[in-house]
Amino acid sequence: MYVELRNINKHFAGFQASKNVSFGIAQGILAALLGPSGSGKTTILRMIAGLETPDSGNIFIDHVRVNDLDPSKRGIGFVFQNYALFRYMTVFENIAFGLEIKKEKKSGIRERVMELLALIGMEDLEKRYPAQLSGGQKQRVAFARALAPNPRLLLLDEPFAAIDAKVRRELRCWLRDMIARLGITSIFVTHDQDEALEVAGEIILTNHGQVEQSGKPLQLYKSPKTSFVARFIGESVIVDDYGLLKGFSPAANAGQGHSASGAIRPEFIRIFTDKGSLRHENGTEDAVVESLAFRGSFIEAGLRLKNMLLTAHHSFEDAPIAVGDQVKVLIYRLYSFSGNQVKLVTNQYVMEHGNGYDYVI
Amino acid sequence: MRKERSVIPLILILASAAFIFLMLALPLLLILVESFRAGLDFFAAAISDPYALKALQLTGIATVSSVGLNTLFGLAAAWAITRFSFPGKGLLTTFIDIPFAVSPVIAGLIFILTFGRISWLHPFLSAYDLKVVFAVPGIIIATVFVTFPFVAREIIPVLEARGTEEEQAASLMGAGFLTIFRRITFPHIKWALLYGVILCTARAMGEFGAVSVVSGRLRGKTNTLPLYIENLYDEHQFTAAFAVSSILVAAAIIILIARNIVEYTAKKDEDTNVR
Ligand SMILES: Nc1ncnc2c1ncn2[C@@H]1O[C@H](COP(=O)(O)OP(=O)(O)OP(=O)(O)O)[C@@H](O)[C@H]1O
Ligand SMILES: [Mg+2]
Repeated sequence: MYVELRNINKHFAGFQASKNVSFGIAQGILAALLGPSGSGKTTILRMIAGLETPDSGNIFIDHVRVNDLDPSKRGIGFVFQNYALFRYMTVFENIAFGLEIKKEKKSGIRERVMELLALIGMEDLEKRYPAQLSGGQKQRVAFARALAPNPRLLLLDEPFAAIDAKVRRELRCWLRDMIARLGITSIFVTHDQDEALEVAGEIILTNHGQVEQSGKPLQLYKSPKTSFVARFIGESVIVDDYGLLKGFSPAANAGQGHSASGAIRPEFIRIFTDKGSLRHENGTEDAVVESLAFRGSFIEAGLRLKNMLLTAHHSFEDAPIAVGDQVKVLIYRLYSFSGNQVKLVTNQYVMEHGNGYDYVI
Repeated sequence: MRKERSVIPLILILASAAFIFLMLALPLLLILVESFRAGLDFFAAAISDPYALKALQLTGIATVSSVGLNTLFGLAAAWAITRFSFPGKGLLTTFIDIPFAVSPVIAGLIFILTFGRISWLHPFLSAYDLKVVFAVPGIIIATVFVTFPFVAREIIPVLEARGTEEEQAASLMGAGFLTIFRRITFPHIKWALLYGVILCTARAMGEFGAVSVVSGRLRGKTNTLPLYIENLYDEHQFTAAFAVSSILVAAAIIILIARNIVEYTAKKDEDTNVR
């Protein structure tokens, strides 16, 4: 592992911001530190950079313990949440700053800055001040400034937080491609799961200062290890007693007397509008459409099923449904919780026909 | 409704204009008129009197040294308060404001107690033949005391509003303290600093209470301009008192103009560089 944290603990005035944090990131990977607000993501990032000191535990970069290494000697490029561009310096001076500190030759600096400006597509804006740039441009300058001294590790704190939705999508793909091209190991902080799932090669999911799970995006999505992960990732609906649903028996893993709670993702549910297209008929349930919401490429339907309110996605290609309609619904699978453990359970009637949930990406 | 709206601003404007004219402009004008009452020659003689020149020199020394010291102190304190967390930080912040709360006369007495004959420091001071009270050092110390909040108070809010991330970014790249201060912090606080220096200068030049207690008011030795003016006044040399006062008035006007220029330039600079 190129970057490795082992048993890191950190307190702030009695509050434990990191609890026994351990994870590793391979060289050249773009990893995401994902988690709800206040879960300790920034704290972890700042400890890796040396801006914060852990109370205990070890941090390794390239197999060398860096705990006692001065932050400026760790070879880290840091992109701050609101960029922290030097306001009183031009774009050129911002990017050149780190090189000047290293006392590099003037001509060498000019060459490197121009190369980075070309990389971020801002050659003609070198004389602007940060206040004269758009959010996306500022972000790219911050990226170039962090890269200028050739760091071995790039850390980005919520790099897209201050940018509007459309540019944000563009920019995160741009960043992913850029980092892949440069091959630089990078960690970025985000609380947006879409961002992490789409861009990262590896996700470290944090909650209450702890690492809940780390792994590839699909792995976290498909096989959540804890109920927190199952709840946090995807747009799950929590049900209190899935034993009431056809094809699922709680006895399988919930002990006697335990309520069989679980999480159902919208994509686990299929709505059938006519008898002809019905599949696994024995496993289907009757439901009433309670609400419909337009979500761009699909319709989000709220379904009343027994005493539960579930959410399902409905394609525009299927026959339209309306609020109040009686529909047949098939729940393919769900995550069943027992304590903090999670198990993916497939509808018995579907199992008989094989399982289609084993993509490897 | 409409009528009311146009009358109230008019009343407010007239009231404040009248107040400013009566309380501020008229007295200042009278000083200038009074000081030239006995003619230009008398004016020139009054302000070139050796005692007047000595007092001017002393005021200059006290002002320059207290502004210098307070600039250094203000920068250090503002930096410490906004950039580090340490025990007693709240206390330090409160202490900075003490000169605003304590009457200058009391400040003067404090220094008599600290450095004067009754002080336990006195044997030490006299052993090294150091004269503080009733001498120039005392005047400087008293002036420093009454003016020390100005610079720190101007810089602290600016540093606070700005956050530490730019400095952290620079320090991560390996920049040292001096480089960070020169290239990142200073450009940001320079106008606030200059503004604080101007206010500090104005206050230092005019300081009367504390200095009057510690100086002993020895004419030609420990008299500053404000003290000298009061001496003249006490001796019923009204015209001379007004003439010497006009030096302070002129300095005040220059400072006021400088202040306006700084405010204007700072605002323009802010518009292009912040956000
Ligand atoms: N300097 C500090 N002093 C005291 N508490 C702190 C400090 N820094 C962080 N904390 C606390 O530690 C916890 C974790 O903070 P952190 O900034 O790491 O969260 P985060 O996951 O980055 O959250 P967000 O997504 O909101 O940025 C929070 O409860 C926060 O209040
Ligand atoms: Mg954060």
